[in-house]
Amino acid sequence: MSATGLDVEAVRKDFPALDRVVHGDRPLVYLDSAATSQKPRSVLDAMTDYYEHHNANVHRGVHVLAEEATAAYEGARDSVAGFIGAPSRREVVFTKNSTEAINLVANVLAWAEPRHRVGPGDEIVITEMEHHSNLVPWQLLAQRTGARLRWMGITDDGRLDLADLDRVITARTKVVSFVHVSNILGTLNPVQAVRERAHEVGALVILDASQSVPQLPVDVGALGVDAVAFTGHKMCGPTGIGVLWMREEVLSELPPFLGGGEMIESVSMDSATYADLPHRFEAGTPPIAEAVGLRAAVEYLSTLGMANVAAHEQAVTAYALELLSEVPTLRIIGPSQPVDRGGAVSFTVEGIHPHDVGQVLDSLGVAVRVGHHCARPVCQRFGVPATTRASFYLYSTTAEVDALVAGLHRVLGYFRR
Amino acid sequence: MDVDALYQEIILDHYRHPHHRGLREPFEAEVHHVNPTCGDEITLRVHLDGDGAQTTVADVSYVGEGCSISQASTSVMTDLVIGRSLTEALALGEEFLTLMQSRGQHSPDEDGLEDRLEDAVAFAGVARYPARVKCALLGWMAFKDALAQAAGTEGARAGGVGPSGVRVTAQVNGTAQEELS
Repeated sequence: MSATGLDVEAVRKDFPALDRVVHGDRPLVYLDSAATSQKPRSVLDAMTDYYEHHNANVHRGVHVLAEEATAAYEGARDSVAGFIGAPSRREVVFTKNSTEAINLVANVLAWAEPRHRVGPGDEIVITEMEHHSNLVPWQLLAQRTGARLRWMGITDDGRLDLADLDRVITARTKVVSFVHVSNILGTLNPVQAVRERAHEVGALVILDASQSVPQLPVDVGALGVDAVAFTGHKMCGPTGIGVLWMREEVLSELPPFLGGGEMIESVSMDSATYADLPHRFEAGTPPIAEAVGLRAAVEYLSTLGMANVAAHEQAVTAYALELLSEVPTLRIIGPSQPVDRGGAVSFTVEGIHPHDVGQVLDSLGVAVRVGHHCARPVCQRFGVPATTRASFYLYSTTAEVDALVAGLHRVLGYFRR
Repeated sequence: MDVDALYQEIILDHYRHPHHRGLREPFEAEVHHVNPTCGDEITLRVHLDGDGAQTTVADVSYVGEGCSISQASTSVMTDLVIGRSLTEALALGEEFLTLMQSRGQHSPDEDGLEDRLEDAVAFAGVARYPARVKCALLGWMAFKDALAQAAGTEGARAGGVGPSGVRVTAQVNGTAQEELS
């Protein structure tokens, strides 16, 4: 048991993929959890059990399996609602991923009632550190409605530039959508400051919590925002399921996104009325097995305790920041101190392209992400074509950080001759 | 994994000391290509000489940012194609493409490939790494595109119209790249 209250060796035994060896005999050092986390056995078992014993479509039919599948799917919604402190299960919409959750909101705001509708002359505010999933949907909304897209900048040390707050968020601002924890910089953004300014001007506040819900205790009520998007596969759950949480007061006023089965109340040939929340926003057969898997993931994380998960990740990240800062010519892109940051650490090594860094690390069994991390404007902001990113999670160890640093010295030896 | 098979000494040499680097005048076409998955970029110019079947590649100049594979591959390419006829240069490009798409099944010493592709056969190992094939092809694809542009411009110039240089923003792997701001 470490000082953080999380027994990392015991945790690692829950994740079968962490036993992999690669390239012959190299133990896998998986430092790419910000892209997707590995899955604990309990999640895999829950999904297999669902398919083997309970598989049926939901909300249709009266047979035993249909009722079990419906109970499993809706039970997952209750678990997720509890996990994020949602006041009501009616506020929890299952989507395909964070991207779809944000696209849902960005689309329906184009044809919402005037109070929420985004139209010509209105402004949408994001930040320069958004993942493309919280950037491109808003570009599309602006292009389609004649609204203007604006953004807050990034400081040299990778923080949100709050000097922009009052200048960028104005009476014309209709929506403010920003990332809670940056997937590339690792920065934990000051939600309260942004939310207060946005609400002051009457804007809707949407938080991309794709990296924060997996890493930190998140209570949507305490955050005080209007909507939160996150995805299952980064928090020990399966791919194919994400979550949009939105305050019922707002969600109930928004028009449907996708039309189809499941989201209706009554249909005739020329019109339809729509289902109550949250089903109005879940057209078609939903990701049922994935919801079952997500529930198992939420239960797994809850058993460990999110405060323990966060503390463990902070400790490993602090250790990594310290060691990485000692690697010659390595430059950390993002906050270099383990304060108000998550477990993703991006860096460049002078004169060596991230692709080459990643390739040599991979040959040693160390899996990192290289590229622009779907946040190309951040790379442009810092004048680099790409970065190498190591990202840590509840199963990461300081020994794995040591392996990363040893690998980086090998990289330096390889290309610096 | 034997990473040395990928990073042959010839590749590392070209990476550390690239040939024909820099943008030069004159040129008939300039293209900008990107590799969307990793952010590699290249701006490449071609200068053609002569007419019709006698057309030769007089110069290929470029600047770019990218990994060792993309930078070295472009350097090797310029050694190969400068001074060749248009037809020969295009044929070499096709041979290199075939080598890169071989998934490592193609032996560099068969069919006299080593004689024709010279240093470029060092990239045979890259074909075993699907994620890196795009890197090795970046310069070649930009060159092919620039040739097509330049050939068109040459034709236009013969007719008495058209600017001497065209700038084209192109794409790799069908994914259009826009500047995001």
